[in-house]
Amino acid sequence: MGYSLTSIFFKSIFTNNMVFAYFLGMCSYLAVSKNVRTSFGLGMAVCFVLIITVPVNYLINKYLLEPGALEWLSDKFNNVDLSYLSLIIFIAVIASITQILEMIIERFSSSLYNALGIYLPLIAVNCAILGCSLFMQEYHFPNLAYSTIYAAGCGIGWMLAIVAFAAIRERLKFSNIPKPLKGLGIAYITTGLMGMAFMALTGM
Amino acid sequence: MLLKKYLGPLNKENPILVQVLGVCSALAVTAQVKPAVVMGISVAVVCGFSNLILSLLRNTIPQRVRIIVQLVIVAALVIIVDQFLKAYFYDISKMLSVFVSLIITNCIVMGRIEAFALSHKPIPSFIDGLANGIGYGLVLLIVSFFRELLGSGTLWNHQVIPQSFYSNGYLNNGLMVLPPMALIIIGVIIWIQRSIHKELQEE
Repeated sequence: MGYSLTSIFFKSIFTNNMVFAYFLGMCSYLAVSKNVRTSFGLGMAVCFVLIITVPVNYLINKYLLEPGALEWLSDKFNNVDLSYLSLIIFIAVIASITQILEMIIERFSSSLYNALGIYLPLIAVNCAILGCSLFMQEYHFPNLAYSTIYAAGCGIGWMLAIVAFAAIRERLKFSNIPKPLKGLGIAYITTGLMGMAFMALTGM
Repeated sequence: MLLKKYLGPLNKENPILVQVLGVCSALAVTAQVKPAVVMGISVAVVCGFSNLILSLLRNTIPQRVRIIVQLVIVAALVIIVDQFLKAYFYDISKMLSVFVSLIITNCIVMGRIEAFALSHKPIPSFIDGLANGIGYGLVLLIVSFFRELLGSGTLWNHQVIPQSFYSNGYLNNGLMVLPPMALIIIGVIIWIQRSIHKELQEE
């Protein structure tokens, strides 16, 4: 990863795009991309959850879980390494935050709530969200700003991918595709081709 | 008949090709056969045991908090698998990086718990979980076979394509190693599967 904030931001949107480079969040990506409006809503929800959860997980990781992270408590905890717990804690943070988000959306925007329906609870098990937290842990960002920017980049990248794919899919309805390839098959192939297009941005 | 029901996930109810579950991790680990096989086994183990445990607990978990309970149990199993791989297969666990941890959010595990384990007895749930994991591993194996053979000319890290091919101008297809080809190969597998089983075609 580059060092400046802007390069992290653009890298996480384009070259390290969650969908095309790491295949994260594919399940909801394929399931919810039937029309542009719904996919935009889900993209926004994913962005929002990412921007909240990744910094929270960053702080937890830095001050509780990393090897030697508990030093601020007492010198005795110098060698404590709780990083094997990170998975359970990250997923618990994500699950509770999505629960809160669901309540907020239900209260303030019933149209969005109706549109997203059963997919909101699925955000809790959307691999893009957990994956972003885990990558954040691997990159060892120096401070909170970096992790927030990284989360925003990942979220926007994911939204970009799903909205573009939904737009293509709306067009695909009218095209003449071999019968066995209809639906899921062509969806995979289209995503592969989009991934190749995104690869052209590598090294920018 | 009973056997046929449990073998469904291998073909007509395959988690990746038909149920569209667990696609996320399926693609990133398939550049070589070895990590793909390890990943398939890990998912089958986690899926089988999480189904077994949750099926045993199914009458005691309150409906409202079940998602959290499921996540914690699956997370514990994934941590065990992760630590096991780190201890005995360190190089492969480095290669798989975060994708072992991501088994936790693999929709196959959660999907089978919700759809099967919470309403069936422990032993059938265990077999169902295992069968789905194996069906997932099977697709991984096929995809990684083609990607490794065409992309690096090797299988299980052994050279398969003879040196004389290379000296006559044969080249590895570098694109196969890159992520997008995994999607296209799965697309082609679906194409073949659906031409054989016409009832799976979409309108």
